[in-house]
Amino acid sequence: MAGDVASDAPVERWGAGVIPYAQMGYWAPDYVPKDSDILAAFRITPQPGVDAIEAGAAVAGESSTATWTVVWTDRLTAYDHYQAKCYRVDPVPATDGQYIAYIAYDIDLFEEGSIANLTSSIIGNVFGFKALKALRLEDMRIPPHYVKTFQGPPHGIVMEREYLNKFGRPLLGATTKPKLGLSARNYGRVVYEALRGGLDFTKDDENINSQPFMRWRDRFLFCMEAVNRAEGATGEIKGHYLNVTAGTMEDMYERADFAKEIGSIVVMVDLTVGYTALTSMSHWARRNGVLLHLHRAGHGTYTRQKTHGVSFRVLAKWCRLLGVDHIHAGTVVGKLEGDPNMIQGYYDTLRLDKVPANLLRGLYFDQDWASMAGVMPVASGGIHAGQMHQLLDYLGEDVVLQFGGGTIGHPMGISAGASANRVALEAMIKARNEGRDIVVEGPEILRAAARHCAPLQVALDTWGDISFNYESTDTPDVLVTPSV
Amino acid sequence: MRLNQGTFSHLPDFTDEEIRAQLQYAIDHGWAIAVEFTDDPHPRNSYWEMWGLPMFEISDAAAALYEVNRCREAFPNYYIKLSAYDSTLGRQTTALSFLVNRPQEEPGFRVDRLEVSDRRIAYRLHSYAADRPHGSRYQEP
Repeated sequence: MAGDVASDAPVERWGAGVIPYAQMGYWAPDYVPKDSDILAAFRITPQPGVDAIEAGAAVAGESSTATWTVVWTDRLTAYDHYQAKCYRVDPVPATDGQYIAYIAYDIDLFEEGSIANLTSSIIGNVFGFKALKALRLEDMRIPPHYVKTFQGPPHGIVMEREYLNKFGRPLLGATTKPKLGLSARNYGRVVYEALRGGLDFTKDDENINSQPFMRWRDRFLFCMEAVNRAEGATGEIKGHYLNVTAGTMEDMYERADFAKEIGSIVVMVDLTVGYTALTSMSHWARRNGVLLHLHRAGHGTYTRQKTHGVSFRVLAKWCRLLGVDHIHAGTVVGKLEGDPNMIQGYYDTLRLDKVPANLLRGLYFDQDWASMAGVMPVASGGIHAGQMHQLLDYLGEDVVLQFGGGTIGHPMGISAGASANRVALEAMIKARNEGRDIVVEGPEILRAAARHCAPLQVALDTWGDISFNYESTDTPDVLVTPSV
Repeated sequence: MRLNQGTFSHLPDFTDEEIRAQLQYAIDHGWAIAVEFTDDPHPRNSYWEMWGLPMFEISDAAAALYEVNRCREAFPNYYIKLSAYDSTLGRQTTALSFLVNRPQEEPGFRVDRLEVSDRRIAYRLHSYAADRPHGSRYQEP
């Protein structure tokens, strides 16, 4: 019934029964979005026979005021104010029945400062809607009016750098490995060696919480011994992301309070705890002066597929709003999914204040963050010192590069692995600043730096040829990609 | 120990030519250049002594290098760092900062532990050099 819709035959708007969404006001091709509207771009794949405009209107309806049938109680409201409006539907070139539907939502639909409320509307029911084969939230425009109702990052990139006293280069980290099974005392050994050798941060893995082999309090104590010893050995600030993820908010607060009390400058939390818990931790982190690292555990279940789910750039926006200081955002060259253009889009979204629309990077709208602090993206997963020139070129300076295996798996030991990474990084920054073309000369720059750093030579010999060249699943297609 | 502060602390100390290249990079970005020195290298010491005011209107790397060398002559046995400051909106912070001078001997830091209750330990980083008053640290005995 929804199939042959949209257009002509006038329908009695308030007659009982089911009428097309497009004719209930959810399709408004002449609508000019207001500056204060929240905008969304959805990739829709209608079921065979379903008109694209009706599908777009249905998404607008189901993510705002509509239900499946006409209700007279709409007439008790200024319903046209609360109805989301699909104002544009474009076919995606060279795809089989995919469209981008642009939808505007009045700001009154959303509670201030609540990602839970925003997402309950925008992705609440509509993703299971039968008239669509698939649905993907590609991007959102959050207007400054709504941005300003959120705290944002507890500290942000600038404050973090000033607090750490580290400028002009990416930060370096590593995740303690093996991720499961180490006792607290052995775990702290890995932390100490990696930090002493030259890393700025070490990290709990996302699934290290408080298991039988290592309880959280023991881990925290040994890690802080390691952090303080490494600061003494090097004279620079170090940190270990103590993962406070737990089964209840009360447990998380208890762990975070303890981490603060024993002097940790940073705690971490997993995306799996949910938007509200993340927001609470963000406020805690601002209140207590502790950096907040977010691991996006679980995001791949809904960010990866091109036709269904939520793009990571949208998730990145939500996380910048609710407020974290670090977020994992892809590596381009590592073992995890990531098209270079898309990852540039995520990094822009996290770091810039005014992000211009750029379809090649998956950015459908201009985004003005209204001076909300930037989030430091974290590149982690299958990266090593031999890729330093590519990492710096793709990802820039405001990023945490995390070499887990590339540090701990070094043949000469963890500290040597850390030092190889640090020397490679500093040598590449130096060369870039000197005006050299690091993309072309990168391998030569690394070889030269290795002449005064044996661990770097060993790292290059061990991993120099390792790369992960698989096709990305999420690539730009709304615009024809220019060939290089 | 070797103090690991600054952008390039894991590389061999820079020659004047290498310093000049970094200064040029900063100048090309329109960053102001500052020379600062200290005999208190604690990583939480945010306020090193300023060698004059930051150079805001500088166009010549050699002029900044000249100030570095004057500071080195006056304080040969101090830590000296060069910082480049980015005043653009949204940054308004240091963009690059690296050591250009170190004392001959770097005695490093002691980690003091104060054991309190429930296995907690309060840590304190103590610079050996800070045992002596300002101005008499890092001197030959």
